[in-house]
Amino acid sequence: MNILFNFVVFPGFLFTAVAGCLVSWIDRKVSARIQWRVGPPLLQPFYDLVKLTGRETIVPEKGARLPFLISPLVAMSSVILVSTLLWRVIVSPETTFIGDLIVVVYLLTIPSIALIVGGSSSGNPLASLGASREMKLILAYELPFILAIFVPVIKSGGSIRLGELLFWQWNNGMILGSLSGFIAFAVAVICMQAKLGLVPFDMAEAETEIVGGPFIEYSGAALAVHKLGRWMMLFVVPMLLVVLFMGGIAWSSWHALWGILKYVLLLVIIILIRNTNSRVRIDQAVKFFWGPVTILAVIAMALAVIGL
Amino acid sequence: MSSKRKTIIPIGPYHPLQEEPEHFLLTVEGEKVVDIDWKTGYNHRGIEKLAEGMTYDQVTFLVERICGICSTSHPLAFCNAVEDLCGIGIPERAKYIRSIIAELERIHSHLLWLGLAGHFLGFDTVWMWSWKYRESVCETMEAVTGNRQSYAMMKPGGARRDIEDGDIPGIEKMVDGFLPKLDLLFETVRDDPVIQARTKGIGVLTKEDVRKYGAVGPVARASGVDVDIRRDYPYAAYDLVDWEVITTENGDVFDKAVVRLLEMYESVKIIKQCLDRLKEVKGEIDVKIKDVPPGHGIGQAEAPRGEVFHYVRSDGTNRPIRHKIRAPSYCNVPTFKATCIGGTVSDATIILAAVDPCYCCTERMAVLDKRTDKKTLTGKDLIRLSREKTEKMIRENRDEQH
Repeated sequence: MNILFNFVVFPGFLFTAVAGCLVSWIDRKVSARIQWRVGPPLLQPFYDLVKLTGRETIVPEKGARLPFLISPLVAMSSVILVSTLLWRVIVSPETTFIGDLIVVVYLLTIPSIALIVGGSSSGNPLASLGASREMKLILAYELPFILAIFVPVIKSGGSIRLGELLFWQWNNGMILGSLSGFIAFAVAVICMQAKLGLVPFDMAEAETEIVGGPFIEYSGAALAVHKLGRWMMLFVVPMLLVVLFMGGIAWSSWHALWGILKYVLLLVIIILIRNTNSRVRIDQAVKFFWGPVTILAVIAMALAVIGL
Repeated sequence: MSSKRKTIIPIGPYHPLQEEPEHFLLTVEGEKVVDIDWKTGYNHRGIEKLAEGMTYDQVTFLVERICGICSTSHPLAFCNAVEDLCGIGIPERAKYIRSIIAELERIHSHLLWLGLAGHFLGFDTVWMWSWKYRESVCETMEAVTGNRQSYAMMKPGGARRDIEDGDIPGIEKMVDGFLPKLDLLFETVRDDPVIQARTKGIGVLTKEDVRKYGAVGPVARASGVDVDIRRDYPYAAYDLVDWEVITTENGDVFDKAVVRLLEMYESVKIIKQCLDRLKEVKGEIDVKIKDVPPGHGIGQAEAPRGEVFHYVRSDGTNRPIRHKIRAPSYCNVPTFKATCIGGTVSDATIILAAVDPCYCCTERMAVLDKRTDKKTLTGKDLIRLSREKTEKMIRENRDEQH
């Protein structure tokens, strides 16, 4: 019962959904202000969801029905699972278990894979083009992302428990404070941008090129679930980086506020990157991730090993 | 046939890349574009035919509606054609007014293009900022002419409305305030590494291809072909003021952007000089055209997208019996064949946008019989129909006189 409550209400579906809506509103509002627009009202993401859920869900005739409809659910539930694991650790670090870091990293790739499956099963050439781009993008950013995550693990003496990483940082200061930690953090932020599918790495859905790519055939509730999953990602992935590099949130007086501020800071970085860049081509993205970004990640790891 | 499977990626008829309905078919192998085809004709309005039923004065309003963005270059070219037909010149003051309006329009059109190009690259901030700056130009237009678009300032024989001395400080203030904004946009485009990565060396149009396809305007000038109607066949006040034709050498998307940005500086230069002269040159702003002699006239104008060409034929009545229009996109769109093939789908979208295509100006129509796949109405037929109508009209007129 407790597990079900965790998954469905807090810190699972309900909590993540509300937070995701809020975060996506912040993203839209801040982007709008940067672009000299007014931006949407606070409840706009919620209105969008309600509107989409009320619309008809159309499955393309030539598409594969089951994978097409199930992939948004798979994507969203894996994000909820990540959020549940992550927030249980943030709230009470002693609930951590061996290898939860690995589980989280693994689960975070599932939304992208679900997107590929959903896009490919729609039978639309633009969607399959988007899916192939997403596939190349995963191959590109996963390697440096995992290398970057190795740095906190090495620093904390080989711990693969999220809770232990938090305890270590509370005793020894943020991992971001060290040189290797800083480089790894920078790498992780860049990879996060690709993971979230935001400019400059939004080529998988590139609206002006391939009209939303894998999303093109989605409508109604299926699209709503996809969108919600995306917004949840925007809430969960930066939170993971806060836990890994910035010492998470400590639940005592103003420390809690500082913890939330860390997340907001990260969110602002994401929004700024997204609004001051143009989209790169997929081949440029792959070269960028496998070249400079991976090299930086390897350097960070080497520095971590020698203790910097 | 290559062993790879070819897929057709459609861009259009309705696509977020284009604000007008038109259809590009990109044949791709993976991401690589191997062939391109396009279909237009979704927007055909029969403007040339409509013009034959209107008086010369009414046609200026009609051609103004060919394109919403370059809405003054069509009337300007048409007025040039009618003045050529009548063999008259226009007062000096009208010349300056025409140039000011045309250059203000060039600025707003180039800003609009820059914004859209940013949007197509996923750089929405450039889009919004550039359109925000464009707003001041549109507002000035509204203050001077009464309209943000379709200004109705041109009239055969001069200008329809004067730019009064009271308007001049407002325009000067806008232009001066615009220069720092233009610097900002220019530096953004010039220095941003991601924009350079996406546009440099992409969609290169060589000098030979410019000649082969007959490309015009900024597209030709970005490839180093030094053509500009404003200098080559001067009209309005362009031979009375000091300005330069901007050319660059590479012919890629980046250079096309640079040419347009630099042209805005030249436009500012022209506007300032014209405003100064407008303070000194007083007098009439139009000559009255009493009747139009039989014959034909040719008018050109350098629209923001390139040369606009109007041909008018008259039989001595108050309506043209033939009015032929060629908009710049008609010459520029076929260059996609030279620029898109070999690039990726991502490149193709920005290449398509880089010529600043305007399809509603370019639309042509052909009626196909589906059973026989034959054209039931060819261009020749349409011309024949229009001639028959004209002849009928002339005959009826004569009968009435007898």
